[in-house]
Amino acid sequence: MQVIATRPEALTDVPFTYCPGCLHGVAHRLVAEAIDEHGLINKMMGVAPVGCSVFAYKFFNMDMAEAAHGRAPAVATGMKRARPDMHVFTYQGDGDLAAIGTAEIVHAANRGEHMSVFFVNNAIYGMTGGQMAPTTLPEMKTTTSPYGRKTDDVGFPIRVCELLDTLVAPYYIERVSLLSPADILKAKKAVSKAIKYNKEGRGFTFVELISTCPTNWGLDPLKSRDWAKEHMLPFFKPGCLRDKGAE
Amino acid sequence: MAKILMKGNEAVAEAAIRSGCRLYFAYPITPQSELIEYMARMMPKVNGVFLQAESEVAAINMVYGAAGCGKRVMTSSSSPGISLKMEGISYLAGAQLPCVIINVQRGGPGLGDIQPAQGDYFQATKGGGHGDYRLIVMAPSSVQEFADMASQAFDLADKYLNPVMILADGMLGQMMEPVEFKTPKTDAEIADMWLQHKSWCIQPNEDGDKKHHHEINSLEIDPVMLEKHVNKLYEKYAVIEKNELSFEKYNISDDNEILCVAWGTASRVVKSAINEVKAQGKSVGLIRPINVWPFPYEDLCKAIGPNVKKVYVFELNTGQMLDDVKIAVAGKVPVDFWGKVGGVVFTPAEIKEKLEQALKE
Repeated sequence: MQVIATRPEALTDVPFTYCPGCLHGVAHRLVAEAIDEHGLINKMMGVAPVGCSVFAYKFFNMDMAEAAHGRAPAVATGMKRARPDMHVFTYQGDGDLAAIGTAEIVHAANRGEHMSVFFVNNAIYGMTGGQMAPTTLPEMKTTTSPYGRKTDDVGFPIRVCELLDTLVAPYYIERVSLLSPADILKAKKAVSKAIKYNKEGRGFTFVELISTCPTNWGLDPLKSRDWAKEHMLPFFKPGCLRDKGAE
Repeated sequence: MAKILMKGNEAVAEAAIRSGCRLYFAYPITPQSELIEYMARMMPKVNGVFLQAESEVAAINMVYGAAGCGKRVMTSSSSPGISLKMEGISYLAGAQLPCVIINVQRGGPGLGDIQPAQGDYFQATKGGGHGDYRLIVMAPSSVQEFADMASQAFDLADKYLNPVMILADGMLGQMMEPVEFKTPKTDAEIADMWLQHKSWCIQPNEDGDKKHHHEINSLEIDPVMLEKHVNKLYEKYAVIEKNELSFEKYNISDDNEILCVAWGTASRVVKSAINEVKAQGKSVGLIRPINVWPFPYEDLCKAIGPNVKKVYVFELNTGQMLDDVKIAVAGKVPVDFWGKVGGVVFTPAEIKEKLEQALKE
């Protein structure tokens, strides 16, 4: 019998805890495959966030730290400074990174901190049950914006890639999506590039992955992807904003 | 080694470096600025890490990350900044990570002022952060003791896998006194320090080894498992309460008519007053808790001599350690309190007056 697909070495065999149709599993796999691809399994350390991927510390097959909400870039900074011989990544959602952890991500990026940040944006707080996120789209209904997000009251979604692109230090910033097989292949390349630059000691690398939340959006997985393509991608445009390695 | 005249803030920083601390993360705040500035100057000279964080919140989380790698790491701040660190301190305690946190206390609440105060006793010893946890809390009363506590604090943190706080104040931070330092740890000693934590800390996987998967974590979603974890912490705290009591007895005798209790800077003023009433033939003793958690309840109770009419607590707050003293005394004799707040420090003459009044009662 020929094995044609197997679990990446960088994932444990602990079953994921995600809802049916959730794309976190795909994102986890892309990160793990990139770690395997660049041979960093024995020298990588990771930081899990608070949110749906809070148990990421169980899923990645390396030494992991579970950070307080939003603090992953600070925790990763402490780890990398203590262990400059190792490599570090954080895996964070949009509530974690773009609301409570705004200061930590901006300053880690501004220092050019040697880490890869994988930022999963699905425009909602998933784990706590579908509340408004800093990335929630205008007029989008959530449990804390039941009449739709009113921009004259709570402002507009934050485009984190564009925000970080104003800083001098970051080495690589790209936004990709996980909404189709073709998009996933593009995402795989971006994630791999971030880990490659991390291995080479280039500095701060950031990949935003546009994702869905079928459970809290109240849509089935396929309709969720269509909804994201129609509503999220025009506002969060995929593309590479910064690649100092290509210059 | 010869004594050097130094500010407390600088002395404790130097002592921390000599104890093998090579990672320091902090945010500027008065009256601890000399500490962060000393680290900024000296850490590069010993190939250590100095990083000025974007906030106290970030600094304590950087400590969490570095401590998770088993390395000696420290942060420092003053009262309002320590409040910001409380989230991270709870996580550090929950994840059982060793580290040292210095609080050079100032007046509060809120922004308060920048003068010496002892208003953070409750915060340091009774929680501050969320959840059931304890910090080991050491309270120096001189620059020498402040410096000595740096190495003791790192040793305790490593021994118990628990954060340790040194609860100083603006007086100790700013005041210059002669201080003698211990011989610095060698680079080889420092390089090997993390090995005591090899069984749990973040580290590379050596090729060929059985792969490890260490988790630095305070999350346990299963209530039965979390109950086990918290009970395990409490077993540890019980051992600390048994082993790590530390207090000073000053002028304690059967002749004592009053037993004073004071900590940190306040205790120095009380000692001066005790000496003055002693010159008038009156016997007043002092118990000075050096570690304020664990608190020496039984030893304090035992120190109440047969002629003691009153236990008198003096603090630079409105009565915080007072609660622990009342628990210790357990109604055996009356407990009285006098304090100064807002960064105003009482004088020996004021304490003497209080003692003289009490002696007449």
